Amino acid sequence: MAAKTIISRPVYGTLSPQPGKHHLFVADAEGALAILDMAGKAPAGFFDGAEIVFIPGSDGKHIAALEALKPAQLHMPPSFASLLPRLKQTLTNAHMGLRLYLCGTEGLIGQAMQVALEAGIDHTSMQTEHRGSLARRMQCVHCKGITENVTTQPALCAHCGLLLLVRDHYSRRLAAFQGVCINAEDRTEIPPMEEAFP
Amino acid sequence: MSTGTTKLDVVVSDVVPVNDLVTRFHFRRRDGELLPTFSGGAHVVVEMRDGDRTRLNPYSLMGSPLDTREYTISVRRDDVGRGGSLFMHRSVKPGLEMVISYPVNLFSLDLRAKKHLMLAGGIGITPFMAQTAQLAGSGGNFELHYTCRTASLGTYADVLQQRYDRRVKLYHDDRDERIDLDRLLSTQPLGTNLYVCGPAGMINWVRDRAAALGWPSETVHFEHFAAPQPGAPFDVALAVSGKTIRVGSQQSLLEAIEAAGVDPPYLCRGGVCGQCETNVISHDGKFIHNDHWLSEEDHRSGCKIMPCVSRFEGKSLVLER
Repeated sequence: MAAKTIISRPVYGTLSPQPGKHHLFVADAEGALAILDMAGKAPAGFFDGAEIVFIPGSDGKHIAALEALKPAQLHMPPSFASLLPRLKQTLTNAHMGLRLYLCGTEGLIGQAMQVALEAGIDHTSMQTEHRGSLARRMQCVHCKGITENVTTQPALCAHCGLLLLVRDHYSRRLAAFQGVCINAEDRTEIPPMEEAFP
Repeated sequence: MSTGTTKLDVVVSDVVPVNDLVTRFHFRRRDGELLPTFSGGAHVVVEMRDGDRTRLNPYSLMGSPLDTREYTISVRRDDVGRGGSLFMHRSVKPGLEMVISYPVNLFSLDLRAKKHLMLAGGIGITPFMAQTAQLAGSGGNFELHYTCRTASLGTYADVLQQRYDRRVKLYHDDRDERIDLDRLLSTQPLGTNLYVCGPAGMINWVRDRAAALGWPSETVHFEHFAAPQPGAPFDVALAVSGKTIRVGSQQSLLEAIEAAGVDPPYLCRGGVCGQCETNVISHDGKFIHNDHWLSEEDHRSGCKIMPCVSRFEGKSLVLER
Protein backbone atom coordinates (compact mmCIF):
# COMPACT_ATOMS: atom_id res chain seq x y z
CA MET A 1 0.00 0.00 0.00
CA ALA A 2 1.17 3.49 -0.84
CA ALA A 3 2.63 5.51 2.03
CA LYS A 4 1.27 8.95 2.80
CA THR A 5 3.68 11.74 1.96
CA ILE A 6 1.81 14.96 1.36
CA ILE A 7 -1.69 15.70 2.49
CA SER A 8 -3.50 15.28 -0.82
CA ARG A 9 -1.91 11.91 -1.47
CA PRO A 10 -4.76 9.38 -1.06
CA VAL A 11 -4.47 6.67 1.54
CA TYR A 12 -6.50 3.52 1.22
CA GLY A 13 -7.94 1.15 3.75
CA THR A 14 -9.01 -2.46 3.89
CA LEU A 15 -12.49 -3.36 2.68
CA SER A 16 -14.90 -4.30 5.41
CA PRO A 17 -18.57 -5.24 5.05
CA GLN A 18 -20.79 -2.25 5.86
CA PRO A 19 -24.39 -2.38 7.02
CA GLY A 20 -26.77 -1.56 4.21
CA LYS A 21 -29.12 -3.00 1.66
CA HIS A 22 -27.15 -2.67 -1.55
CA HIS A 23 -23.44 -3.09 -2.10
CA LEU A 24 -21.65 -1.96 -5.23
CA PHE A 25 -18.10 -3.15 -5.87
CA VAL A 26 -15.91 -1.66 -8.56
CA ALA A 27 -12.63 -3.52 -9.01
CA ASP A 28 -9.90 -4.24 -11.48
CA ALA A 29 -7.36 -7.08 -11.75
CA GLU A 30 -5.85 -7.79 -8.31
CA GLY A 31 -8.70 -5.80 -6.71
CA ALA A 32 -10.67 -9.05 -6.91
CA LEU A 33 -8.46 -10.37 -4.11
CA ALA A 34 -9.62 -7.55 -1.82
CA ILE A 35 -13.24 -8.58 -2.45
CA LEU A 36 -12.44 -12.24 -1.86
CA ASP A 37 -10.62 -11.45 1.40
CA MET A 38 -13.53 -9.31 2.56
CA ALA A 39 -16.01 -12.04 1.65
CA GLY A 40 -14.52 -14.14 4.45
CA LYS A 41 -15.65 -11.51 6.98
CA ALA A 42 -19.06 -10.80 5.42
CA PRO A 43 -22.27 -12.02 7.05
CA ALA A 44 -24.27 -14.78 5.35
CA GLY A 45 -26.34 -13.49 2.44
CA PHE A 46 -24.21 -10.35 2.06
CA PHE A 47 -23.65 -10.87 -1.68
CA ASP A 48 -27.38 -11.40 -2.32
CA GLY A 49 -27.62 -7.60 -2.45
CA ALA A 50 -24.26 -7.01 -4.11
CA GLU A 51 -23.29 -5.96 -7.61
CA ILE A 52 -19.69 -6.50 -8.66
CA VAL A 53 -18.25 -4.60 -11.59
CA PHE A 54 -14.90 -6.19 -12.42
CA ILE A 55 -12.38 -5.28 -15.09
CA PRO A 56 -10.26 -8.44 -15.37
CA GLY A 57 -6.55 -8.25 -16.10
CA SER A 58 -5.22 -9.59 -19.40
CA ASP A 59 -4.74 -13.01 -17.78
CA GLY A 60 -8.46 -13.23 -16.90
CA LYS A 61 -7.65 -14.40 -13.38
CA HIS A 62 -10.10 -14.32 -10.43
CA ILE A 63 -13.28 -14.44 -12.53
CA ALA A 64 -14.30 -17.88 -11.33
CA ALA A 65 -13.64 -16.94 -7.70
CA LEU A 66 -15.87 -13.87 -7.97
CA GLU A 67 -18.60 -15.94 -9.64
CA ALA A 68 -18.42 -18.33 -6.70
CA LEU A 69 -19.47 -15.51 -4.36
CA LYS A 70 -22.83 -15.59 -6.18
CA PRO A 71 -23.37 -11.83 -6.23
CA ALA A 72 -26.76 -10.54 -7.42
CA GLN A 73 -24.92 -9.20 -10.48
CA LEU A 74 -21.44 -9.65 -11.89
CA HIS A 75 -20.58 -7.37 -14.76
CA MET A 76 -17.23 -7.53 -16.57
CA PRO A 77 -16.56 -4.59 -18.86
CA PRO A 78 -13.32 -4.57 -20.87
CA SER A 79 -12.16 -1.13 -19.66
CA PHE A 80 -12.98 1.67 -17.27
CA ALA A 81 -14.19 3.84 -20.13
CA SER A 82 -16.68 1.18 -21.14
CA LEU A 83 -18.10 0.76 -17.63
CA LEU A 84 -18.57 4.50 -17.11
CA PRO A 85 -22.09 4.96 -18.58
CA ARG A 86 -23.43 2.02 -16.63
CA LEU A 87 -21.78 3.17 -13.38
CA LYS A 88 -23.23 6.65 -13.78
CA GLN A 89 -26.67 5.19 -14.45
CA THR A 90 -26.50 2.93 -11.39
CA LEU A 91 -25.48 5.80 -9.12
CA THR A 92 -28.09 8.18 -10.56
CA ASN A 93 -30.88 5.73 -9.75
CA ALA A 94 -29.46 4.66 -6.39
CA HIS A 95 -30.89 5.49 -2.97
CA MET A 96 -29.23 6.13 0.35
CA GLY A 97 -28.27 2.74 1.72
CA LEU A 98 -26.10 1.85 -1.27
CA ARG A 99 -22.54 1.22 -0.10
CA LEU A 100 -19.62 1.62 -2.44
CA TYR A 101 -16.43 -0.46 -2.38
CA LEU A 102 -13.53 0.44 -4.69
CA CYS A 103 -10.52 -1.81 -5.00
CA GLY A 104 -7.60 -2.39 -7.29
CA THR A 105 -5.29 0.13 -8.93
CA GLU A 106 -5.19 3.79 -7.94
CA GLY A 107 -6.39 4.82 -11.38
CA LEU A 108 -9.50 2.68 -11.03
CA ILE A 109 -10.21 3.78 -7.45
CA GLY A 110 -9.68 7.45 -8.25
CA GLN A 111 -11.83 7.50 -11.38
CA ALA A 112 -14.69 5.53 -9.84
CA MET A 113 -14.50 7.83 -6.81
CA GLN A 114 -14.70 10.83 -9.11
CA VAL A 115 -18.01 9.56 -10.54
CA ALA A 116 -19.34 8.68 -7.09
CA LEU A 117 -18.46 12.12 -5.72
CA GLU A 118 -20.50 13.69 -8.48
CA ALA A 119 -23.38 11.38 -7.57
CA GLY A 120 -23.24 12.71 -4.00
CA ILE A 121 -21.26 10.11 -2.04
CA ASP A 122 -18.67 11.68 0.23
CA HIS A 123 -15.21 10.21 -0.28
CA THR A 124 -14.97 9.40 3.43
CA SER A 125 -18.06 7.20 3.07
CA MET A 126 -16.49 4.92 0.47
CA GLN A 127 -14.55 1.76 1.24
CA THR A 128 -11.27 1.59 -0.67
CA GLU A 129 -8.40 -0.87 -0.88
CA HIS A 130 -5.37 -0.63 -3.09
CA ARG A 131 -4.20 -3.83 -4.76
CA GLY A 132 -1.91 -4.56 -7.64
CA SER A 133 0.11 -2.13 -9.68
CA LEU A 134 1.26 1.24 -8.29
CA ALA A 135 0.88 2.79 -11.75
CA ARG A 136 -0.41 6.36 -11.61
CA ARG A 137 -2.83 8.42 -13.61
CA MET A 138 -1.02 11.70 -14.18
CA GLN A 139 -2.07 15.14 -15.33
CA CYS A 140 0.54 17.31 -17.04
CA VAL A 141 0.15 20.67 -15.30
CA HIS A 142 1.40 22.41 -18.46
CA CYS A 143 -0.83 21.00 -21.22
CA LYS A 144 -3.48 19.46 -18.89
CA GLY A 145 -3.29 16.17 -20.78
CA ILE A 146 -3.85 13.00 -18.77
CA THR A 147 -1.43 10.10 -19.16
CA GLU A 148 -2.60 6.73 -17.87
CA ASN A 149 -0.52 4.01 -16.24
CA VAL A 150 2.58 6.03 -15.47
CA THR A 151 5.17 3.78 -13.86
CA THR A 152 8.37 5.81 -14.19
CA GLN A 153 9.92 8.80 -12.47
CA PRO A 154 10.31 11.16 -14.29
CA ALA A 155 7.63 10.37 -16.88
CA LEU A 156 6.97 11.58 -20.38
CA CYS A 157 3.72 13.47 -21.02
CA ALA A 158 1.90 11.51 -23.73
CA HIS A 159 0.40 14.75 -25.04
CA CYS A 160 3.06 17.49 -25.13
CA GLY A 161 6.18 15.40 -24.64
CA LEU A 162 7.56 17.32 -21.66
CA LEU A 163 9.60 15.36 -19.15
CA LEU A 164 7.58 15.48 -15.90
CA LEU A 165 8.34 14.96 -12.22
CA VAL A 166 5.40 12.87 -10.96
CA ARG A 167 4.41 14.53 -7.72
CA ASP A 168 2.41 13.07 -4.81
CA HIS A 169 0.15 16.08 -5.20
CA TYR A 170 -3.20 14.50 -6.08
CA SER A 171 -6.41 15.99 -7.42
CA ARG A 172 -9.57 14.19 -6.35
CA ARG A 173 -11.53 16.23 -8.89
CA LEU A 174 -9.37 14.99 -11.75
CA ALA A 175 -8.50 11.63 -10.16
CA ALA A 176 -4.90 12.27 -11.15
CA PHE A 177 -1.45 13.01 -9.78
CA GLN A 178 0.23 16.18 -10.95
CA GLY A 179 3.24 16.05 -13.25
CA VAL A 180 5.53 19.10 -13.36
CA CYS A 181 8.31 19.72 -15.90
CA ILE A 182 11.53 18.43 -14.35
CA ASN A 183 14.01 20.30 -16.62
CA ALA A 184 12.32 23.58 -17.39
CA GLU A 185 15.56 25.57 -16.90
CA ASP A 186 17.67 23.43 -19.17
CA ARG A 187 15.89 21.03 -21.51
CA THR A 188 19.10 19.22 -22.33
CA GLU A 189 19.36 18.03 -18.76
CA ILE A 190 17.82 14.55 -18.75
CA PRO A 191 17.77 12.84 -15.35
CA PRO A 192 17.79 9.04 -15.38
CA MET A 193 14.32 7.49 -15.69
CA GLU A 194 13.53 4.94 -13.00
CA GLU A 195 10.72 2.44 -12.57
CA ALA A 196 9.13 4.11 -9.53
CA PHE A 197 5.51 2.88 -9.67
CA PRO A 198 5.65 -0.78 -10.77
CA MET B 1 -15.81 31.44 28.87
CA SER B 2 -17.22 30.10 25.68
CA THR B 3 -14.14 29.27 23.65
CA GLY B 4 -13.47 31.36 20.60
CA THR B 5 -16.41 33.60 21.27
CA THR B 6 -16.84 36.97 22.79
CA LYS B 7 -20.10 38.11 24.22
CA LEU B 8 -22.89 40.25 22.91
CA ASP B 9 -24.70 42.90 24.90
CA VAL B 10 -28.34 42.66 23.86
CA VAL B 11 -31.72 43.94 24.88
CA VAL B 12 -34.88 41.87 24.79
CA SER B 13 -36.91 43.50 22.03
CA ASP B 14 -39.96 41.27 22.18
CA VAL B 15 -41.43 38.34 24.11
CA VAL B 16 -44.14 36.40 22.28
CA PRO B 17 -46.13 33.49 23.77
CA VAL B 18 -46.38 30.81 21.04
CA ASN B 19 -48.46 28.14 22.78
CA ASP B 20 -49.04 26.62 26.24
CA LEU B 21 -45.40 25.61 26.60
CA VAL B 22 -43.31 27.73 24.27
CA THR B 23 -42.37 31.40 24.33
CA ARG B 24 -40.30 33.23 21.73
CA PHE B 25 -37.69 35.85 22.66
CA HIS B 26 -36.25 38.49 20.35
CA PHE B 27 -32.87 40.12 21.00
CA ARG B 28 -31.31 43.20 19.45
CA ARG B 29 -27.90 44.68 20.05
CA ARG B 30 -27.84 47.41 22.65
CA ASP B 31 -25.69 49.59 20.39
CA GLY B 32 -28.19 49.26 17.53
CA GLU B 33 -25.69 47.56 15.19
CA LEU B 34 -26.37 44.38 13.22
CA LEU B 35 -25.75 41.11 15.05
CA PRO B 36 -23.01 38.77 13.82
CA THR B 37 -23.90 36.58 10.90
CA PHE B 38 -24.67 32.91 11.59
CA SER B 39 -25.63 29.76 9.73
CA GLY B 40 -28.70 27.57 10.19
CA GLY B 41 -28.34 25.27 13.18
CA ALA B 42 -26.29 27.71 15.28
CA HIS B 43 -27.02 28.29 18.96
CA VAL B 44 -26.23 31.01 21.47
CA VAL B 45 -25.65 30.58 25.19
CA VAL B 46 -27.96 32.93 27.11
CA GLU B 47 -26.71 34.23 30.47
CA MET B 48 -29.46 34.56 33.05
CA ARG B 49 -28.84 36.57 36.19
CA ASP B 50 -31.17 34.75 38.56
CA GLY B 51 -30.51 36.33 41.96
CA ASP B 52 -26.96 35.46 43.01
CA ARG B 53 -26.91 32.62 40.53
CA THR B 54 -25.88 32.79 36.87
CA ARG B 55 -27.57 30.28 34.60
CA LEU B 56 -26.13 29.57 31.17
CA ASN B 57 -28.45 27.78 28.76
CA PRO B 58 -27.88 27.13 25.04
CA TYR B 59 -30.75 27.84 22.63
CA SER B 60 -30.89 27.45 18.85
CA LEU B 61 -31.26 30.58 16.77
CA MET B 62 -34.50 30.21 14.85
CA GLY B 63 -34.61 33.34 12.76
CA SER B 64 -33.46 33.52 9.18
CA PRO B 65 -29.66 33.77 8.83
CA LEU B 66 -30.44 36.30 6.10
CA ASP B 67 -31.70 38.79 8.71
CA THR B 68 -29.29 39.74 11.50
CA ARG B 69 -31.12 42.78 12.84
CA GLU B 70 -32.35 40.49 15.59
CA TYR B 71 -31.86 37.00 16.99
CA THR B 72 -34.83 34.89 17.98
CA ILE B 73 -34.95 31.83 20.22
CA SER B 74 -37.87 29.73 21.40
CA VAL B 75 -37.88 28.35 24.91
CA ARG B 76 -39.99 25.41 25.98
CA ARG B 77 -41.00 25.70 29.62
CA ASP B 78 -39.85 22.76 31.75
CA ASP B 79 -41.67 22.86 35.09
CA VAL B 80 -39.53 20.12 36.60
CA GLY B 81 -36.22 21.23 35.06
CA ARG B 82 -33.41 23.09 36.78
CA GLY B 83 -35.04 26.47 36.42
CA GLY B 84 -33.49 28.11 33.34
CA SER B 85 -36.57 27.86 31.13
CA LEU B 86 -38.80 28.97 34.02
CA PHE B 87 -36.57 32.01 34.53
CA MET B 88 -36.88 32.85 30.84
CA HIS B 89 -40.67 32.50 30.94
CA ARG B 90 -41.21 34.37 34.23
CA SER B 91 -38.53 37.00 34.47
CA VAL B 92 -37.47 37.97 30.95
CA LYS B 93 -39.51 40.91 29.67
CA PRO B 94 -39.07 43.33 26.77
CA GLY B 95 -36.47 45.96 27.62
CA LEU B 96 -34.37 43.64 29.83
CA GLU B 97 -30.63 43.90 29.12
CA MET B 98 -28.99 40.52 28.75
CA VAL B 99 -25.69 39.00 27.67
CA ILE B 100 -25.50 36.19 25.11
CA SER B 101 -22.58 34.41 23.49
CA TYR B 102 -21.64 34.77 19.85
CA PRO B 103 -23.39 32.11 17.78
CA VAL B 104 -21.71 28.70 17.57
CA ASN B 105 -22.80 26.05 15.11
CA LEU B 106 -22.49 22.38 16.11
CA PHE B 107 -25.38 21.37 13.84
CA SER B 108 -24.57 22.92 10.50
CA LEU B 109 -25.87 21.90 7.10
CA ASP B 110 -23.47 19.99 4.87
CA LEU B 111 -23.93 22.15 1.81
CA ARG B 112 -22.29 19.55 -0.43
CA ALA B 113 -25.39 17.37 0.03
CA LYS B 114 -27.78 17.09 -2.89
CA LYS B 115 -30.77 16.93 -0.56
CA HIS B 116 -31.40 17.65 3.12
CA LEU B 117 -33.81 15.39 5.01
CA MET B 118 -34.80 16.91 8.36
CA LEU B 119 -36.51 15.18 11.26
CA ALA B 120 -37.73 17.26 14.20
CA GLY B 121 -39.40 16.24 17.45
CA GLY B 122 -41.16 18.82 19.62
CA ILE B 123 -39.05 21.86 20.47
CA GLY B 124 -36.31 20.27 18.32
CA ILE B 125 -37.92 22.22 15.50
CA THR B 126 -36.01 25.43 16.34
CA PRO B 127 -32.71 24.83 14.49
CA PHE B 128 -34.71 23.76 11.42
CA MET B 129 -36.51 27.11 11.38
CA ALA B 130 -33.17 28.73 10.54
CA GLN B 131 -31.91 25.90 8.33
CA THR B 132 -35.03 25.84 6.16
CA ALA B 133 -34.91 29.63 5.84
CA GLN B 134 -31.26 29.40 4.78
CA LEU B 135 -31.93 26.66 2.21
CA ALA B 136 -35.08 28.28 0.88
CA GLY B 137 -33.07 31.45 0.29
CA SER B 138 -30.56 29.58 -1.87
CA GLY B 139 -32.90 27.19 -3.66
CA GLY B 140 -31.76 24.22 -1.60
CA ASN B 141 -33.54 20.89 -1.73
CA PHE B 142 -35.04 19.93 1.64
CA GLU B 143 -37.85 17.98 3.21
CA LEU B 144 -38.92 18.38 6.85
CA HIS B 145 -40.72 15.74 8.93
CA TYR B 146 -42.00 17.11 12.22
CA THR B 147 -43.51 15.10 15.04
CA CYS B 148 -45.44 16.83 17.83
CA ARG B 149 -47.72 15.69 20.62
CA THR B 150 -50.83 17.59 19.50
CA ALA B 151 -51.64 20.13 16.81
CA SER B 152 -51.76 22.91 19.43
CA LEU B 153 -48.23 21.99 20.60
CA GLY B 154 -46.92 21.85 17.04
CA THR B 155 -44.76 24.90 17.54
CA TYR B 156 -44.48 26.86 14.27
CA ALA B 157 -46.07 23.99 12.29
CA ASP B 158 -48.51 26.47 10.77
CA VAL B 159 -45.71 28.90 9.84
CA LEU B 160 -43.66 26.14 8.25
CA GLN B 161 -46.55 24.74 6.25
CA GLN B 162 -47.43 28.18 5.02
CA ARG B 163 -43.84 28.84 3.98
CA TYR B 164 -42.93 25.49 2.52
CA ASP B 165 -46.23 23.71 1.84
CA ARG B 166 -45.67 20.08 0.91
CA ARG B 167 -42.01 20.10 1.82
CA VAL B 168 -43.24 19.90 5.44
CA LYS B 169 -44.92 16.75 6.75
CA LEU B 170 -46.53 16.76 10.22
CA TYR B 171 -47.12 13.81 12.55
CA HIS B 172 -49.35 14.16 15.63
CA ASP B 173 -48.92 11.71 18.50
CA ASP B 174 -52.52 12.11 19.65
CA ARG B 175 -53.75 11.04 16.21
CA ASP B 176 -51.36 8.09 16.32
CA GLU B 177 -49.45 9.33 13.29
CA ARG B 178 -45.97 7.85 13.04
CA ILE B 179 -43.07 8.42 10.70
CA ASP B 180 -42.58 5.36 8.49
CA LEU B 181 -38.88 5.75 9.12
CA ASP B 182 -37.48 2.73 7.29
CA ARG B 183 -39.44 3.59 4.18
CA LEU B 184 -38.47 7.25 4.39
CA LEU B 185 -34.78 6.43 4.80
CA SER B 186 -34.76 3.78 2.08
CA THR B 187 -36.27 5.98 -0.60
CA GLN B 188 -33.92 8.96 -0.37
CA PRO B 189 -31.75 9.70 -3.40
CA LEU B 190 -28.02 9.16 -3.15
CA GLY B 191 -26.33 12.29 -1.79
CA THR B 192 -28.99 12.99 0.85
CA ASN B 193 -27.88 14.15 4.32
CA LEU B 194 -30.03 13.50 7.37
CA TYR B 195 -30.52 15.93 10.28
CA VAL B 196 -32.36 15.08 13.47
CA CYS B 197 -33.13 17.21 16.52
CA GLY B 198 -35.50 16.21 19.29
CA PRO B 199 -35.70 14.02 22.38
CA ALA B 200 -32.82 11.59 23.01
CA GLY B 201 -35.06 8.59 22.27
CA MET B 202 -35.96 9.93 18.85
CA ILE B 203 -32.35 10.74 17.99
CA ASN B 204 -31.20 7.25 19.00
CA TRP B 205 -34.00 5.63 17.01
CA VAL B 206 -33.20 7.61 13.87
CA ARG B 207 -29.43 7.13 14.14
CA ASP B 208 -29.83 3.38 14.73
CA ARG B 209 -32.18 2.86 11.78
CA ALA B 210 -30.07 5.03 9.48
CA ALA B 211 -26.93 3.07 10.35
CA ALA B 212 -28.69 -0.27 9.89
CA LEU B 213 -30.03 0.82 6.51
CA GLY B 214 -26.58 1.73 5.25
CA TRP B 215 -26.43 5.50 5.77
CA PRO B 216 -22.76 6.39 6.34
CA SER B 217 -22.30 8.11 9.70
CA GLU B 218 -20.88 11.18 7.91
CA THR B 219 -24.32 11.80 6.40
CA VAL B 220 -26.25 11.69 9.69
CA HIS B 221 -26.24 14.87 11.82
CA PHE B 222 -27.97 15.27 15.16
CA GLU B 223 -28.36 17.73 17.97
CA HIS B 224 -29.70 17.14 21.43
CA PHE B 225 -29.73 19.79 24.12
CA ALA B 226 -29.26 17.69 27.24
CA ALA B 227 -29.65 19.45 30.55
CA PRO B 228 -27.14 18.26 33.15
CA GLN B 229 -28.59 15.45 35.25
CA PRO B 230 -28.97 16.14 38.99
CA GLY B 231 -27.36 13.78 41.51
CA ALA B 232 -25.75 13.49 44.93
CA PRO B 233 -23.43 16.38 45.87
CA PHE B 234 -19.70 15.66 45.63
CA ASP B 235 -16.37 17.36 46.34
CA VAL B 236 -13.70 18.06 43.74
CA ALA B 237 -10.14 19.34 44.08
CA LEU B 238 -8.90 21.52 41.20
CA ALA B 239 -5.16 20.94 40.96
CA VAL B 240 -4.12 23.85 38.73
CA SER B 241 -6.14 26.54 40.47
CA GLY B 242 -5.63 24.98 43.92
CA LYS B 243 -9.27 25.10 44.91
CA THR B 244 -11.57 22.56 46.46
CA ILE B 245 -15.21 22.90 45.52
CA ARG B 246 -18.52 21.23 46.25
CA VAL B 247 -20.87 20.35 43.37
CA GLY B 248 -24.48 20.72 44.49
CA SER B 249 -27.14 18.18 43.58
CA GLN B 250 -28.83 20.48 41.05
CA GLN B 251 -25.56 22.01 39.84
CA SER B 252 -23.31 20.68 37.10
CA LEU B 253 -19.60 20.21 37.68
CA LEU B 254 -18.95 22.89 35.05
CA GLU B 255 -21.25 25.32 36.86
CA ALA B 256 -19.51 24.61 40.18
CA ILE B 257 -16.09 25.22 38.60
CA GLU B 258 -17.35 28.50 37.14
CA ALA B 259 -18.90 29.53 40.48
CA ALA B 260 -15.46 29.05 42.08
CA GLY B 261 -14.07 31.70 39.76
CA VAL B 262 -12.30 29.35 37.32
CA ASP B 263 -13.09 30.08 33.67
CA PRO B 264 -13.03 26.79 31.75
CA PRO B 265 -13.78 26.57 28.02
CA TYR B 266 -17.22 25.41 26.86
CA LEU B 267 -19.44 25.60 23.80
CA CYS B 268 -22.53 23.40 24.02
CA ARG B 269 -22.96 22.70 27.75
CA GLY B 270 -24.66 19.49 26.67
CA GLY B 271 -21.91 16.87 26.47
CA VAL B 272 -21.41 16.79 22.72
CA CYS B 273 -18.88 19.39 21.58
CA GLY B 274 -15.79 18.37 23.54
CA GLN B 275 -14.65 21.85 24.53
CA CYS B 276 -14.79 21.39 28.31
CA GLU B 277 -12.98 18.01 28.28
CA THR B 278 -10.87 17.84 31.44
CA ASN B 279 -8.10 15.50 32.57
CA VAL B 280 -8.61 13.55 35.77
CA ILE B 281 -5.50 13.53 37.92
CA SER B 282 -6.74 11.03 40.50
CA HIS B 283 -9.99 9.57 41.69
CA ASP B 284 -11.40 7.12 44.18
CA GLY B 285 -14.97 6.40 43.21
CA LYS B 286 -17.24 6.07 40.23
CA PHE B 287 -17.88 8.41 37.29
CA ILE B 288 -21.37 8.98 35.96
CA HIS B 289 -20.54 9.91 32.39
CA ASN B 290 -23.54 11.44 30.66
CA ASP B 291 -21.68 12.80 27.64
CA HIS B 292 -21.70 11.79 23.96
CA TRP B 293 -18.18 13.06 23.36
CA LEU B 294 -15.71 10.69 25.02
CA SER B 295 -15.25 7.18 23.67
CA GLU B 296 -16.26 4.18 25.75
CA GLU B 297 -12.57 3.55 26.21
CA ASP B 298 -12.11 7.09 27.61
CA HIS B 299 -15.03 6.47 29.96
CA ARG B 300 -13.52 3.25 31.24
CA SER B 301 -10.03 4.72 31.59
CA GLY B 302 -11.13 7.18 34.27
CA CYS B 303 -8.67 9.73 32.84
CA LYS B 304 -11.15 12.20 31.37
CA ILE B 305 -14.45 13.83 32.23
CA MET B 306 -16.86 16.25 30.56
CA PRO B 307 -17.80 18.58 33.43
CA CYS B 308 -20.83 20.05 31.64
CA VAL B 309 -22.97 16.93 32.09
CA SER B 310 -20.99 14.28 33.99
CA ARG B 311 -20.95 13.60 37.73
CA PHE B 312 -18.99 11.58 40.27
CA GLU B 313 -19.78 9.41 43.29
CA GLY B 314 -17.04 8.45 45.70
CA LYS B 315 -14.35 9.51 48.11
CA SER B 316 -12.11 11.85 46.17
CA LEU B 317 -11.69 13.44 42.74
CA VAL B 318 -8.83 15.66 41.55
CA LEU B 319 -9.13 17.42 38.19
CA GLU B 320 -6.57 19.32 36.13
CA ARG B 321 -8.30 22.71 36.21
